[in-house]
Amino acid sequence: MAAANVEKYKSDGTVAGGLLEWVDARFPLMSLWNDHLAKYYAPKNFNFWYFFGSLALMVLVIQIVTGIFLVMHYKPDASLNSSGVPVAFASVEYIMRDVPWGWLIRYMHSTGASAFFIVVYMHMFRGMLYGSYRKPRELVWIFGVMIFLALMGEAFMGYLLPWGQMSYWGAQVILSLFSAIPLIGNDLATFIRGDFVISDATLNRMFSFHVIAVPLVLVGLVAAHIMALHEVGSNNPDGVEIKKKKGPDGIPLDGIPFHPYYTVKDIVGIVVFLMAFSIIVFFMPEGGGYFLEFNNFLPADPLVTPPHIAPVWYFTPYYSILRANTVNFFWIDAKLWGVIFMGLGVMVFFFLPWLDRSPVKSIRYRGPLYKGALAIFVVSFFILGYLGMLAPTPGRTFVSQICTILYFAFFLLMPIYSSLDKCKAEPERVTG
Amino acid sequence: MKKLLIALLCAPLLAFAAGAELHLDKAPDHSRDLPALQNGAKVFINYCLNCHSASYFRYNRLTDIGLNESQIKDNLLFTTDKVGETMTIAMRRAEAKQWFGAAPPDLTVIARARASEFGSGADWLYTYLRGFYRDDERPTGWNNTVFANVGMPHVLWELQGQQEMGPDHKLVLAKPGMLKPEEFDTMVGNLVAFLNHMGEPMANFRKGLGVIVLIFLAVLFVFSYALKREYWKDIH
Repeated sequence: MAAANVEKYKSDGTVAGGLLEWVDARFPLMSLWNDHLAKYYAPKNFNFWYFFGSLALMVLVIQIVTGIFLVMHYKPDASLNSSGVPVAFASVEYIMRDVPWGWLIRYMHSTGASAFFIVVYMHMFRGMLYGSYRKPRELVWIFGVMIFLALMGEAFMGYLLPWGQMSYWGAQVILSLFSAIPLIGNDLATFIRGDFVISDATLNRMFSFHVIAVPLVLVGLVAAHIMALHEVGSNNPDGVEIKKKKGPDGIPLDGIPFHPYYTVKDIVGIVVFLMAFSIIVFFMPEGGGYFLEFNNFLPADPLVTPPHIAPVWYFTPYYSILRANTVNFFWIDAKLWGVIFMGLGVMVFFFLPWLDRSPVKSIRYRGPLYKGALAIFVVSFFILGYLGMLAPTPGRTFVSQICTILYFAFFLLMPIYSSLDKCKAEPERVTG
Repeated sequence: MKKLLIALLCAPLLAFAAGAELHLDKAPDHSRDLPALQNGAKVFINYCLNCHSASYFRYNRLTDIGLNESQIKDNLLFTTDKVGETMTIAMRRAEAKQWFGAAPPDLTVIARARASEFGSGADWLYTYLRGFYRDDERPTGWNNTVFANVGMPHVLWELQGQQEMGPDHKLVLAKPGMLKPEEFDTMVGNLVAFLNHMGEPMANFRKGLGVIVLIFLAVLFVFSYALKREYWKDIH
């Protein structure tokens, strides 16, 4: 990691070698290459779950590149054209029909949004399986949760841009949540919207945030996430530190250089991912109404509220938590409790490194208590996600209240059950 | 612990309770049937494209369904529009709203918008267009089985005739129209096929390209996997 110790590149006499020597004398090219790829030693026992980090990076690139081309043709304009359709909505259909390959770029971007969340949820779950958030990787985890937060903001604002019915009314529901905050709530909601209702002003600021502000933050956080990871080194499915057992050359005995070993392995992962991605993009771009909601093919109409407003699938667990709060309590409105719990539902991930008191990191050596708790957490997360897509009924609300309690119990009771758990002994070295 | 898990797994069953059902007839699939799509385009332009626009769809995109530009100009362009222009209408939205209660929606992507858990958008349109019946309580004299109190009158009534709501909530043809019921269903099927095509004109090309992309990725997988195996053979 110490760049100063790295020897500068010496030319082998060729033109390319000379150029590389010239650059390396002026820019830490070889030390960056070595620190992050050629001499970054990763544990040799990464399994299936370890593909999702590189896949997330891949999806980020897809989103940025397709996004750049979409911005060339999309118009963030809520005014009606001569046919009475909002210009923003019409410009998306223009991209789909008149821009060469525009349909492909748009479907890649819309599918990429869902793919991003699938990959990131899997990546986070990997961290929970193998205790990747534990010391010394707390900052890696914190940067990761910040990426998750930024991603939620990015996805929410991006979803407004097509200016369909779900875009409009989804934003109406979510932005009006700010008005639940006491005293300043209504003024704050108006300030955020830039208007008393969702309008052209809202669309334009969301566009600005979606294409400039949040992507900048995201890229910066991703860089911080990777730099922090490469400082402390990767965890692995056994949860043991490979740096504790080093060879005489100072290289971890169970470590292999990221490049070429994991670059060639991740290429396989990327190809498999692209196959799944292509099946969605080319054969079911609407994803059965989950990736592109059917109602969003109707232009936004401020005068017609859809009978059922559901967010896109990746927000539904948190939407369920929001709706599960139905009681006014301690002089605080049920709606505000909903907002508080929804916020806490995401924020609580920040505290995971300190909530977990288990002597071991990996699920492989944990006892039944943690395994059971994680299983209950995953099941409740899926049920919350499913219920968030449906219109509420008393029965559904009751189920989502139970699942909300279980969701939070997983985190809040973790200091107790993780320290009581009967764990197995960790191995000295990584296993297969 | 086990009881809790079982209770948790059964919980979603509660969620399935209730929820209104909407029964839709299955629309015939004519997505690759050019004569049916051409007939659907003819019906659309003659019957729908006076109150409804299709303002993202260009006339010359009808070349996708096997028509050439002169056929389009001679048979399907009734206004001063040029063949490269989109299908707009002259009716003013404000007036339309006064007449019908709501301005008739643009129909370019209506087949995608009407999809739901009960069926595809084409199924909805196919059921809707065959579901008009006489209702003297409505200002237009018409009501609909899937779109209650719809603002649109039954534009195709001359062809279908007049249906009435029977006592058992089944539609009966009270006065026959110019087409036999099977002929009318075929015609609506063609119209719906065209509406579906218009919603995503590149859908067939997209699927064809998808097959090529997947074959390419399958070949790439073989090579990338072989590369990985070669590099990793020394790692134990």
